[in-house]
Amino acid sequence: MRTSRRWWLVFFLGPAIVLFAAFITYPILSALAFSLYAWEGIGRRGFVGLANFARLFATFPYAGLLVNAFWHNVLVFIATMLLQNVTALGLAVLLARGPWGARGYRVIFFLPVMLSLVIVGFLWALFLNPVFGLVNKVLTLLHAGALARPWLGDASTALLTLIVVNAWRWLGFPTIVFLAGINAVPEEYVEAARIDGAGEWAVLRRIIFPLLAPAVTIIVLLTFIGAFNWFELPYIMQGVSGAPNRATDVLSLLFYRTAFGEVDTGLQDIGIGSAIAVLMFALLLGMSAVGAVLLRRREVELA
Amino acid sequence: MCVLVATLSPTRARGQQPVKLTFWSWRVEDKWAYDKIIQAFQQRNPGIQVEFVPFKATEYNTILSSALTAGNGPDIIHLRAYGGLETFAAPGYIAQLDFERLPELRTFSRQLLDGARARKDGKLYGVPFATQSLVIYYNKKIFAQNNLSAPKNWDEFLTVLRTLKNHGVLPLANGGKEGWTLEVMSGVVAPNFYGGTAFFDAVTRGQTSFKDPAYTNALARMLDLRPYMHPNFMGVDYTTMQQQFINEQAAMFIGGSWEIGFFKSQNKDLDFDIFAAPPLRAGTAPWVSSYNDGNYGVNAKTPYMDAALKFIQFTASREFGQMFTDMLAQLSAVPGVEVRDPVLKHVQELSRKSTPYMMLVGFRWQAPTGSTLLQSALQGMMAGTKTPEQVGDEVTKGLSAWFEPFQGR
Repeated sequence: MRTSRRWWLVFFLGPAIVLFAAFITYPILSALAFSLYAWEGIGRRGFVGLANFARLFATFPYAGLLVNAFWHNVLVFIATMLLQNVTALGLAVLLARGPWGARGYRVIFFLPVMLSLVIVGFLWALFLNPVFGLVNKVLTLLHAGALARPWLGDASTALLTLIVVNAWRWLGFPTIVFLAGINAVPEEYVEAARIDGAGEWAVLRRIIFPLLAPAVTIIVLLTFIGAFNWFELPYIMQGVSGAPNRATDVLSLLFYRTAFGEVDTGLQDIGIGSAIAVLMFALLLGMSAVGAVLLRRREVELA
Repeated sequence: MCVLVATLSPTRARGQQPVKLTFWSWRVEDKWAYDKIIQAFQQRNPGIQVEFVPFKATEYNTILSSALTAGNGPDIIHLRAYGGLETFAAPGYIAQLDFERLPELRTFSRQLLDGARARKDGKLYGVPFATQSLVIYYNKKIFAQNNLSAPKNWDEFLTVLRTLKNHGVLPLANGGKEGWTLEVMSGVVAPNFYGGTAFFDAVTRGQTSFKDPAYTNALARMLDLRPYMHPNFMGVDYTTMQQQFINEQAAMFIGGSWEIGFFKSQNKDLDFDIFAAPPLRAGTAPWVSSYNDGNYGVNAKTPYMDAALKFIQFTASREFGQMFTDMLAQLSAVPGVEVRDPVLKHVQELSRKSTPYMMLVGFRWQAPTGSTLLQSALQGMMAGTKTPEQVGDEVTKGLSAWFEPFQGR
């Protein structure tokens, strides 16, 4: 009996563990190893200890770029939480009341999530093109031409524009998760509260939100990991250099650029690139662990 | 004995059938031309077959690096020039070439061969394939409609730009969304003002730095052009720039000689020519930034060294150069090739007074490269958040990480 159970465990967990080891653990360990060596072009040279890390923190422009990129990751996280997840919660609450066409809205909100990110990035880059793009054209038609600007080329708007596009793409996902969470709240609880004289807001505040905490935990964690691993959308829409003038630079782009080089612009520096990768991994691991513990603590069990 | 047999037998088996070489490149759009060129080579060398395999340009370096470090990779490698070649050559992945093995290289210009040399040992690692120059394209029809001609000095240039703008034509197609297009613009505008090769020599020897007012004042001239670009030019990317010029919605395009073939293929009716960036005073011949665009190299670990060298040798021949120039409308690096395309011929004439394209030739040897530093700083400058002096400071400071003469400056 016990042996057969063990075999089942191996059978089900084995493939996942093999894949995880081959595609996650091994690359992380090799990045860690790479970060401790000197590099000559793509050739590995002698062991240098923490020299790459020292170079990363002490030399211009790397130290500044690192702080700049990290700060952008933080901004992406905060802005996505506010823009995407708060909106999603609002939409979920509205949808949960089953307004006319709720099913249709659910599909509409979820549609962009199913589009390939490459297509989303490419389309929005076209919409935002300052010469023939839809966005500036519509603004001009609405007599708001003064608002027309190079959205992706202006250092003050570029990052925020990317965040909005990203939120547009992902909005449906937290909406569905929150909606499922709200629908899972037993009807009796809500009725009991209503009988006790609770208004709409009190029901939301005292009954729904506390029971939604597990869904919030998942969404906050996923948003966090997504924000700190953010790569695809800025890469597709702005290229690898975090243009303009590093205004959309994030840690993953900085890593990619230093480890693999910018085509026709920069050279590879695998030592520094690996050091950034190691740093990102440590950061993500530490912050997710702390976040998970903190968020779990405030979850309420359905008794 | 066993080892001997094992190593000999495959070679013997190979003797009967043709050797198959693979040739990796990032020039997806040129595949048709390379296929034709390879056919010509195969007719002359029946024992050798070459397969041209292009990859997406932005992924090429990554794919090539992983293949080479894993001990694989193609036999013939399309390599970039200068520091981009050194990345692969210095660790020993590329076969060394010399004049004995490839006597054809003796006739190549020194400036181009420098783009095929590794700084580490000064040895050659490739056959240069093309030379590119940075120029200003103009639409002849739009110029004629506005009674304009190619300007001879900087003030005339500004007058041309102003006239076009007053007539409701977008004078310059250029934008700033992609930093490298701004570096190209600096490569066109700046050399006349910083004094061309004399300054290049001084700065690469470390006698001065990019903080030199000669350089920062030259960069400041780019700001003169801002009013004549699209009002939202900071959001204009490379493709939009090209489309604006091709569709005759902009009168001029500051760019590289590699555009000629593309412009012609996209709009057959586009009547255009080029001029060099006008110098301050008429009468002085303008400087034209130019450089070695890349090289053909041989994988140091190829099992077919002789066949690969034979192909590389072919790429250094006049016959190859002529086919390359005729088909791709680019200036082959092979000396003595006859240029038939009138615009390209014009480029060739102008580049007689050429100066090395500053960052690529002089400061793209280690990370952070001069180009990386300059491109993002120029975006700041063109957006108005950085002064040319700050650009010069940043570039100098960044390069001092590996360029010793700049340390402490």
